[in-house]
Amino acid sequence: MSEFVNFYLFPALTIGSIYALGAVGISMIFGILRFAHFAHGDLMTVGTYGILAALALFPVNPLLLIPFGMALTIFAALFVDRFFYRPLRDLPTIYTVIASFGIALVFRSLAQLVWGSENQVFSTGVRPPLVLFDTFRVSVLHVQAIVSTAVIAVLLHFFLTATRTGRSMRAVADDPELAEVSGLDTARVVRWTWIIGAALAAIAGAFAALNTSAHPNLGWNLLLPMFAAAILGGIGKPMGAMAGGFIIGMAEELSSYHWIGDSALISPSYKTAVAFVIMIGLLIFKPQGLFKGRLL
Amino acid sequence: MELTGLFFYLVSLLIFGGIYALLCLALNIQWGMGGLFNAGIAGFFGVGAYTSAILTTATSDKHLGGFSMPVPIGLVGAAIVAGLAGWAVARICVRLKSDYLAMASIGIAEILRLVIVNEDWLTNGSLGMSRIPRPLADLATGRMADVVFLGFVWLIVLMVFLASSRLYDSPWGRSLRAIRDNEASASAVGKDVEKFRIQTFVIGCAVMGIAGGLSAHYFRFLSPTATDPLLVTFLVWVMLMAGGSGNNKGAILGALSIWTIWSVTEIFTNRLPPEWATRSSFIRMLLVGLLLQVVLQRFRAGLIPEKSPPVRFADEEPQRDKG
Repeated sequence: MSEFVNFYLFPALTIGSIYALGAVGISMIFGILRFAHFAHGDLMTVGTYGILAALALFPVNPLLLIPFGMALTIFAALFVDRFFYRPLRDLPTIYTVIASFGIALVFRSLAQLVWGSENQVFSTGVRPPLVLFDTFRVSVLHVQAIVSTAVIAVLLHFFLTATRTGRSMRAVADDPELAEVSGLDTARVVRWTWIIGAALAAIAGAFAALNTSAHPNLGWNLLLPMFAAAILGGIGKPMGAMAGGFIIGMAEELSSYHWIGDSALISPSYKTAVAFVIMIGLLIFKPQGLFKGRLL
Repeated sequence: MELTGLFFYLVSLLIFGGIYALLCLALNIQWGMGGLFNAGIAGFFGVGAYTSAILTTATSDKHLGGFSMPVPIGLVGAAIVAGLAGWAVARICVRLKSDYLAMASIGIAEILRLVIVNEDWLTNGSLGMSRIPRPLADLATGRMADVVFLGFVWLIVLMVFLASSRLYDSPWGRSLRAIRDNEASASAVGKDVEKFRIQTFVIGCAVMGIAGGLSAHYFRFLSPTATDPLLVTFLVWVMLMAGGSGNNKGAILGALSIWTIWSVTEIFTNRLPPEWATRSSFIRMLLVGLLLQVVLQRFRAGLIPEKSPPVRFADEEPQRDKG
């Protein structure tokens, strides 16, 4: 039991938090701008390296430097939207998908160019785990990731339901034409979509890098499960994407627990395939997701 | 550089240029004619490469194989297996918005890569498969074998080009473009949109499988790095967009021109000091990414834009005879 909690449940929740934070952006961009943003994973990478760069200047706890990463991802997202996505907005959205595919490459090669392609760790040394009830040993990082994601989920819910901008965002995600004719400022909604999506991507990138190490393919490798999470939660439903992220993360990690017999149920090297299989299952049977998102 | 060296450099450039031309023609069928976004070219390419390699190699205790079949059968096998993989993806995704097809195709490419890396019994994992035979190996030895292989590759390119041009002008191709340009009206006149799209996707994936098989026979060695999405998927997209999507000649021209730029710049960057030589590949990647943006915004039609065959109506028949 304690083995399950220590080695499977908490790591699974941590991965789930990372997916959840990334999937919110993907789901909102898909819902509001109508395209699958393939550069979102690499936006996370950009955030990670922004934090790493700040860490070289200010050697403090990397979590305190997340705002630097957020600033960098928000700038990057608004920049590429202005110069690379917006000029294509009148065309079929698939052109924007192709553009984002190229932007993913640009982000990644920039990270490699500036910071090199080696693995980099944020902090060396072993931090003692927290011991709960004398049996559960939990890494501090995992607690930080899970708690921050929970706090962000509450704040996001408040933002989407109680503020004017948040409500406009939901309106545009539900029905862009109706929102436009009702006089909502679509440009403002688009801007906030990028700001929130990029900020959360930076946080996700930070936790992902702290959990393992920072490398240029970090975000790209997380893209597929984040897409699966966004579809699972229903496109255009940020809270659904959060839930989807946790479900995908749990499914991936817990699939390698020895549920039956002594060996892992699914070999850990096929973890990514779990997310994909869930995604395929959803596309066949329930493409609008669990929480009645839009089917585009 | 001495002349023979230059000649063989050109041969190797054109061999890989031909393989990229095949990939571009395949993507042109899927995207240029059918409007289907395939982001998993590397996956279908890899499946083709491994299928053909397994079918044609001699017995080895390191991986599945020992069928020692002739290369053409290997390539047919590559087309069939890659086509089947494409069919499975298309079956699920074609009725949804094209973004979902992009996600699913990237996903299947990733899964196929995982299988290739992890299933040692099948592929010898990351150590790779060696001693893959070349076609027409008895005709020439040494460096001249490359020239023979060049002819073999471009013969296949020519065959695919002719078939694909025929498809483009055929009633099937017309329906396909009608679906691409206006799905609602095409289905209103009774075209089975889903069926056409699945066929398109499968044909494209089969050709990608053949291209993969050819690359395995060219290198005579195959490891999972052959399925690198950067070099296969991204580059092919840039080639097709730059060459002119919807135009088969454009696809081949795009493949050759981008591949030439890509390989020639490599010669120069390799002469840079070592710390810059490693970074130069990232600079090239960056430039390819930016080139795609420029093409998308400014030259969406590409080098040779799509040119639809003239539409002829029954009552115009006499006029056509005069001209």
